Amino acid sequence: MRRILMGVALATLLAACASTPDEQEGAKVEERLPAAQPTQPAKPVEPGTATKPLDTGRVAGDPLKDPANILSKRSVYFDYDSSMVKDEFKPIIAAHAKYLSQNRSRRVRIEGNTDERGSREYNLALGQRRADAVKQMMQLLGASPDQIETISFGEEKPKAAGHDEAAWAENRRADIRYQGE
Amino acid sequence: MRTQAIPYHFLMRALQGLMPILAALAMTPAARAALTIEIIGSGAKQIPIAIVQFRAEQGLPQQITPVISADLQRSGLFRMIDAGGVNPLPTEPSEINYGTWTARGAEALVIGNVITLPDGRYEVRFRLLDPLKQTQLAGLAYTASAAQLRLTAHKIADVIYEKLTGDVGAFSTRVTYVVKRGTRYELQVADADGYNAQTVLGSNEPIISPSWSPDGTRLAYVSFEARKPVVYVQSLVTGQRQAVANFRGSNSAPAWAPDGKRLAVVLTRDGNSQIYLINADGSGTPTRLTTSASIDTEPNFSPDGQLILFTSDRGGSPQIYGMPASGGAARRLTFEGNYNVSPRFSPDGKSFAFVQRNGGRFNIAIQDFASRQVQVLTDGTVDESPSFAPNGRMILYASTVGGRGILAAVSSDGRVRQRLTETAGDVREPAWGPLVK
Repeated sequence: MRRILMGVALATLLAACASTPDEQEGAKVEERLPAAQPTQPAKPVEPGTATKPLDTGRVAGDPLKDPANILSKRSVYFDYDSSMVKDEFKPIIAAHAKYLSQNRSRRVRIEGNTDERGSREYNLALGQRRADAVKQMMQLLGASPDQIETISFGEEKPKAAGHDEAAWAENRRADIRYQGE
Repeated sequence: MRTQAIPYHFLMRALQGLMPILAALAMTPAARAALTIEIIGSGAKQIPIAIVQFRAEQGLPQQITPVISADLQRSGLFRMIDAGGVNPLPTEPSEINYGTWTARGAEALVIGNVITLPDGRYEVRFRLLDPLKQTQLAGLAYTASAAQLRLTAHKIADVIYEKLTGDVGAFSTRVTYVVKRGTRYELQVADADGYNAQTVLGSNEPIISPSWSPDGTRLAYVSFEARKPVVYVQSLVTGQRQAVANFRGSNSAPAWAPDGKRLAVVLTRDGNSQIYLINADGSGTPTRLTTSASIDTEPNFSPDGQLILFTSDRGGSPQIYGMPASGGAARRLTFEGNYNVSPRFSPDGKSFAFVQRNGGRFNIAIQDFASRQVQVLTDGTVDESPSFAPNGRMILYASTVGGRGILAAVSSDGRVRQRLTETAGDVREPAWGPLVK
């Protein structure tokens, strides 16, 4: 299980790296060349050359916020009354575990949520168990327990306001939040 | 935190032929209406009682007898006998023509008068009489400021209730609950009939699980204002509050020990949700009471402080268990269905109320400890958070109508049901306060 997850994590990380942010940044810089230099030929900027973006570096440089990176995915969804992590969400957890293991100063909080059905306090505990399930998998994949706090909102902070299965499904969730975000 | 008084008006609708209550309605100032109490069903035997308007009460800022009538009606155990056509209305025993009242079927008669004292306060005197035996069952006088007139009426209703039913009255108690208005949460405290609601805590984050200290002076609750659940204790006297459980992870489900000095709470500081004992002033280190690999939550002390009921899914589904208050071996108590949660001891310790899931519905049920007999008391879609009246006769709970939270109450024998509705907002998490001497 652990090996499979590691493999998945690696594959997803590789996939993320395939779209290197440098090319996009370079293109932006070229577009921003001042009009006062018309004689300059509009030659493409070589990837990896010395041109530096002026204002886009921070955002695009953070893999946690790159929409193309799996690390930008932060939610794990659960079945009713269940805190079992489904296979489809394991790559997301694996990617965050890998990131945390490589960035030991980063801290995350995992927030468990439930749908509105049932006791508020029992749901608070169920949300906690969902968050803990995500934490355990991250620890298994190399994140340190010190980097992760798990808390629960239970049914108290629903993302979807409805009272139907679609809303409930959206609310049975654990969210991964990095400290400072 | 801010304090604010919300003006209420009281509107009562009597069903099943309880028409005399319309008289009470007519006498209520319209500007205070925000709460509706609907009575559904009635007690097996209703005591016919005539409550005669007190002398000089019409000029009062708050009339007395409509409040007494409404309280007694709400219990479902009384039937109001109309005093219409009796002239003059008696206010002293010497003025009573007992035959008039026995002819109308009254088994109890209440008369009284109000005197304005030189300092502006009022003296309210009342007598409870038995028209058949022509004897006085109770007679008391109260001194009250204008602001205390409602409370005085509730206290008179308590005396009448106790004399005629043999049970302690709980009309002069208070309740707490959470109102959600848009994105705003308010923890409110109100009289048991919904009047005099005051917001004791306002927050932009959820508030859940309010719980009264045994002496009624403090509330413990869970607030999410720190972006995680933290247990606070707040004084209703000073308004000051303190985080008493704010450990790593989640902190929730506060339950007072009967001594008022300790709280059982649920912490995740050591991993999964487990029950701990802490000091109510937040001092010291938590003592862990449960040691399971499952969810243990919703602790509730027995009235004698010896036992704790709680919800656990250690058997695969959430069920109710009991254990010694010092921790130790737990015994499973519920076996019907696969979702039994939120246990609350009855004040006499002989039974417990809880929430049972039946199909997709959640209902309030009661289980007797001795016979293990279970009775489902409500038939709503989502009924939760049961809380006993301090005399054990009624159970206050949260329900839902049209997707909006309301409060409701059911008698512990299931015969009488009330619906308490606030016109604005989503109301949930009720807790009935203790008897305050």
